[in-house]
Amino acid sequence: MVTLTVNGVKHDLDIDPSMPLLYALRNHLQLNGAKYGCGLGQCGACTVIVDGKPVFSCLTPVSSVGSRPVRTVEGLGTPQQPSPLQQAFIDKQAAQCGYCIAGMIMRAQALLDERPGATEAEIREHMQPNLCRCGTHMRIVSAIVAASQALPKRQADNDAPALAGASRQENQA
Amino acid sequence: MSSKKKIAWTAAAVVIAGAIAACTYAWQPAIAPLAQAPAASDDRALLAMGARLAELGDCMHCHTGKSGKPYAGGAPLATPFGTIYATNITPDVETGIGGWTLEAFARALRKGVSRDGHLLYPAFPYPHFTRMSDEDIAALYAYLMARTPVHAPAVPNELVFPLNFRPLVAGWNLLFLDEGPLPPPAQQQSDAWLRGRYLAEGPGHCASCHTPMNALGAEKRGEPYAGGLIDGWDVPPLNALNQARKPWTVDQLSAYLRTGVASEHSAASGPMRPVAHHLGNAPESDVRAIATYLLSLSPAAPAQPAAPASAPAADTQILKPGKALFDASCAGCHAAAAPMRTLGERPALELGSTLNTDSPRNAIQMVLNGNPWAGSSAAHYMPPFGSVLTDRQIADVLAYARAAYAQRPAWNDLPAAVAAIRKENSK
Amino acid sequence: MNRHRDTAPAAEAVDHGRRRFLATGSLTVSFALVPGAAALAQRQTEDAAPTAAAGAARLPGNLSSTPLLDSWIRIDADGAITVYTGKAELGTGIRTAFIQIAAEELQVAPAAISLVTADTGLTPNEGYTAGSHSTADSGTAILNAAAQVRELLLASAAQKLGLEAGALEIRDGGVIAAPDGRTLDFGQAVEGLDLHRNAQPASRLVDPRRHKVIGTPMPRVDIPAKVAGGASYVQDMRLPGMLHARAVRAPSYGARLVSVDAASVEKLPGVVKVVRDGSYLAVAAEDEWQAIRAMRALTASAVWEETAVLPTPDTIYDTLLKLPAREIHVGERHGPADPAARTLHARFTKPYLAHGSIGPSCAVAHMEEGKLTVWTHAQGVFPLRGGLAEMLGMKPADIRCIHVPGAGCYGHNAADDVAADAALIARAVPGRPVRVQWMREQEHNCEPYGPAMITDVKASLDASGRVVDWQYEIWSNSHNQRIDNAGRLMPSNYLSTPFTPAPPKPIPMPEGGGDRNSLPLYNFANFNVQHHFLPDMPIRVSAHRGLGAFMNVFSIESFMDELAEAAGADPVEFRLRHLDDPRARDVIELTAKEFGWDPRRRRAPNRGVGFSFAQYKNLMSYMAIAVELEVVPETGDVHIERVVASVDTGQIVNPDGVRNQIEGGIIQSASWALYEQVRYDETRIRTYDWSTYPIMRFSDVPLKIDVHLIDRPGAPFLGAGEAAQGPTPAAIGNAIADATGRRLRDLPLAPRLRESYEA
Repeated sequence: MVTLTVNGVKHDLDIDPSMPLLYALRNHLQLNGAKYGCGLGQCGACTVIVDGKPVFSCLTPVSSVGSRPVRTVEGLGTPQQPSPLQQAFIDKQAAQCGYCIAGMIMRAQALLDERPGATEAEIREHMQPNLCRCGTHMRIVSAIVAASQALPKRQADNDAPALAGASRQENQA
Repeated sequence: MSSKKKIAWTAAAVVIAGAIAACTYAWQPAIAPLAQAPAASDDRALLAMGARLAELGDCMHCHTGKSGKPYAGGAPLATPFGTIYATNITPDVETGIGGWTLEAFARALRKGVSRDGHLLYPAFPYPHFTRMSDEDIAALYAYLMARTPVHAPAVPNELVFPLNFRPLVAGWNLLFLDEGPLPPPAQQQSDAWLRGRYLAEGPGHCASCHTPMNALGAEKRGEPYAGGLIDGWDVPPLNALNQARKPWTVDQLSAYLRTGVASEHSAASGPMRPVAHHLGNAPESDVRAIATYLLSLSPAAPAQPAAPASAPAADTQILKPGKALFDASCAGCHAAAAPMRTLGERPALELGSTLNTDSPRNAIQMVLNGNPWAGSSAAHYMPPFGSVLTDRQIADVLAYARAAYAQRPAWNDLPAAVAAIRKENSK
Repeated sequence: MNRHRDTAPAAEAVDHGRRRFLATGSLTVSFALVPGAAALAQRQTEDAAPTAAAGAARLPGNLSSTPLLDSWIRIDADGAITVYTGKAELGTGIRTAFIQIAAEELQVAPAAISLVTADTGLTPNEGYTAGSHSTADSGTAILNAAAQVRELLLASAAQKLGLEAGALEIRDGGVIAAPDGRTLDFGQAVEGLDLHRNAQPASRLVDPRRHKVIGTPMPRVDIPAKVAGGASYVQDMRLPGMLHARAVRAPSYGARLVSVDAASVEKLPGVVKVVRDGSYLAVAAEDEWQAIRAMRALTASAVWEETAVLPTPDTIYDTLLKLPAREIHVGERHGPADPAARTLHARFTKPYLAHGSIGPSCAVAHMEEGKLTVWTHAQGVFPLRGGLAEMLGMKPADIRCIHVPGAGCYGHNAADDVAADAALIARAVPGRPVRVQWMREQEHNCEPYGPAMITDVKASLDASGRVVDWQYEIWSNSHNQRIDNAGRLMPSNYLSTPFTPAPPKPIPMPEGGGDRNSLPLYNFANFNVQHHFLPDMPIRVSAHRGLGAFMNVFSIESFMDELAEAAGADPVEFRLRHLDDPRARDVIELTAKEFGWDPRRRRAPNRGVGFSFAQYKNLMSYMAIAVELEVVPETGDVHIERVVASVDTGQIVNPDGVRNQIEGGIIQSASWALYEQVRYDETRIRTYDWSTYPIMRFSDVPLKIDVHLIDRPGAPFLGAGEAAQGPTPAAIGNAIADATGRRLRDLPLAPRLRESYEA
């Protein structure tokens, strides 16, 4: 039995401990955001946030997650009530086929959580692990910049209600 | 003796030696600066030779900082004595070497003396560049003078007192600088070996990383090419190339140096990556020559393989967690039938030194950091797992890989080693 | 009520009452209703949509092949409006654009429109969503059908109210209002009105000056779900009892599966079936990770006999030049001209290019009681159905292919192949839906590529610097190996009774394949263009976005700069010197102006500017682009600093949508031109992941892109999806030449630039 805390909710899943987190999210929790792009940690379409860090869920074994909180794009907001970052993507129409976008949003969210006023140069550097084939990069950067500028520092501290109560596991043996 | 005490004692020794050397070496005359940088040469052959030497010497890697402007300096080099920042060697007159004559440039490479007479720290490996011929130094000079000038003032070094007192370097030079070209070899050697020795000992400065350092930061004379520790990575001994799972050959070593990967070994990672990147831009004959020379440093006969009897079988209960992690995180690329192996023809895990050496350091670094992309170009990419796996999990997966692939005796204290290296990296 | 069915992978049920023309197959019934119709052939365009039924040739857009109004628009008794298109949303935004078009002409709010896209059970057959035909052909059909339906509704309402139709108007919320205050909604108006009738050649279109929806940047209806994890893709489908499957692919073309240990894999947890048929091998399991593990286990034990012989990469162009060719004379012009004073010659080369879809292809299939349903992101559901029917020995009427979006495909990628996988596996486990996902390495390694090409151009200038003669040649494989038969579905080639792909057929001009955009738009007095069509395909190829346009415009526009230099002329002025078409001149002048193109600029070291222009296929959108970049000689890196483009796509439906496509096309084709080439050796394709096929990452994306739009209200829609892929690479090549003095003629440019510094 594997226990995962996803978007603030604890789930007990009877799954193979060697299953990558991506498939647990998609097939056992019916979450669509994180996507299979390569399974090799090269494209970022599967990006989710684990314990505050953006990770490739395609290469993260469910047995390794433990009590570290997992956040997916569904935990940020809904199509009807998007989060500020999601709204920025909508405002900038930052998608063409859209397949890479959920991964982009989670990678960006991790940056904004750490550095709310990140500059465009920092954003471009941070987003390097994620690929977009349609060429939507300009709008993706523009959306993240807009969200970054709109996000005051104190709001970043309040911006993780789903994690209340979940403790941060130290990276220790 | 604690390393701090060691440094204090050796610093005292250096002070005394330096004082003795003061009159002869410590204060060198300035060479008058040029008012403007010399016009870029239009001798294409000369420039091509200079470019070739710059790639062989990997100059751009140390001398390019965060700005990305080639040769504009600013990159930090961590040493046991503090951090030294590489200088701007673009032909900018004010902040680079645009005002340097060829004489000043040659003196810097041969003696470690700057144009204005101050002594350069041997983090700049002039004890190796001193081996270069006049023609090569002139070509390199021409090449650097043809670069785009960049205005980038030097970043001040952060060195432990009293090592920030440059004249002390005079004492160091007395002890450790053997100026001028290499002596002829003891016995007759092929042209390739001779060329390889010139390149490896000279511009290539391989021993700067591949020879252990003494307390004064000089290469240990008695242990040439016995390995080292740079930027948190174990630097393999080049005098033990016969101990690899499959002994190195000229073809394999050339491929490794030129392409960054050898099919019977592994991919150049960590500090070796940029070296292979730049050697890839040098002529193949030069790289083969280097490989020829380096191979001659090891005994020819293959070493005895490590005793497999004491290696735990890979399917024991204790290795189960590691196997589960391996299946999820690693097998997609590293399993024998994975496309990286069959289509990519990338080397098998069991062949590389990473899993086979006595120290797990490099394996831990690989798993923590991976092998990053280089812009948008092709790479022997590996994703990082530092944010994915905890120390315990990295220890588990490495223990499994060591048993299943290298089939060597288990590494000791892996979880502590992972934690220590992670802490080192975060500094 | 929100009627957007943008995120509904679950299929709408076929309404047999309404859509009675499908009773015996969509096309045959149409024959009966359109007297004298000849057998419907496919148009000889890349999208291969059905040709006009006789008597329907004068109808606008694809009404010509699907003339019945209720094929396109349905009004229910409760007033619900459904619009049908045979085109598919590939990520270009046409779903939203078509909603805008329909809403404008029906004079309702966009939210009132439900759009159903490509579905063999429900929609018109519009061939493939390809070649930038969607808005031009389907959008035009919808525009006119909606206008005509609106008029019919008004007429019907007028009759019910005893008034003249002209007295009525449609108000907000789809309400038909009379001056005296009486109203009817569409549901009431449609009562007794039979829309099962042919469209007319002419429509009363809304005056473009009064457009309320067309021409506005309406936000795309599918984006909110895509940013918040809504089910949006075929990959997101979850059907009850659905199995997960993986195919095991041959390591090289035509390899024979000698042996595999299927028995032990069948015993693995969750594995339901191992499908083996000759050299075709696949596995289905209850859970996706179980399927992947089973696939890995099968792969590890599979023994293949490989026989493929691939060309030597270093001499691929020599190889192609020596292949037997079918000569196609593309075009020529002869006219009086001053004598040639100078002649220039250049040869250009292009490697194989991968589509590189971020999401590898996926399909879901369900075989139930002899009927097969396939959910697919293939570009052409009707041709796919035909291919599947032949492969499975089924009747097309027993197969339904429903388009559900996938990741961007950029042409003919593996979407059809994975549908074939899903069909084959579904047949082996009848009653259970099967979801097949290709792995990254399979998509990169096995999909059809954009063909390698060679172009050769020779041109002469007269003493005054005008081009007086232009000779252009192309060597290329087919750019269109789409689903003409079952054999074009790659999995079928590995069955114990294999299917053979139909022989390649060139797409004739004016659309063209390898020769697309090969006819110069410039007013050269003399030109001749020859296409050496190479039927032998050593490496699997098919349509890649823009087809030959990418390479032909790169060649032509690079060479125009070389000629301009020889003529001592400014590149922009040189182009204008040879162009009469005012719309072409407009985009060139606008780009030059917005960029600040200065003929007298000084060349700064390692910095350059470049210009380029094309009209896609010489028929569709016009685009001019200027690029400013910096080259780092020590590394060969190219940093694109700013890009300015102007585009004329005719009447703009959604300006933001056009901008998005052009920006994206610029970045995508910059990546093709700078970095991309498929890797292979003499035995296998060696591209299998992003490290062996790197594409542009954020670090190399231009710092600034500005797109300027020229709107032509009332003019035909020209399509924006492929307008940028032609001109962008040449602008980059021209800027590199400006920065370094090096003229690069072999793609990809970045490695060639690095090599040129090492020489």
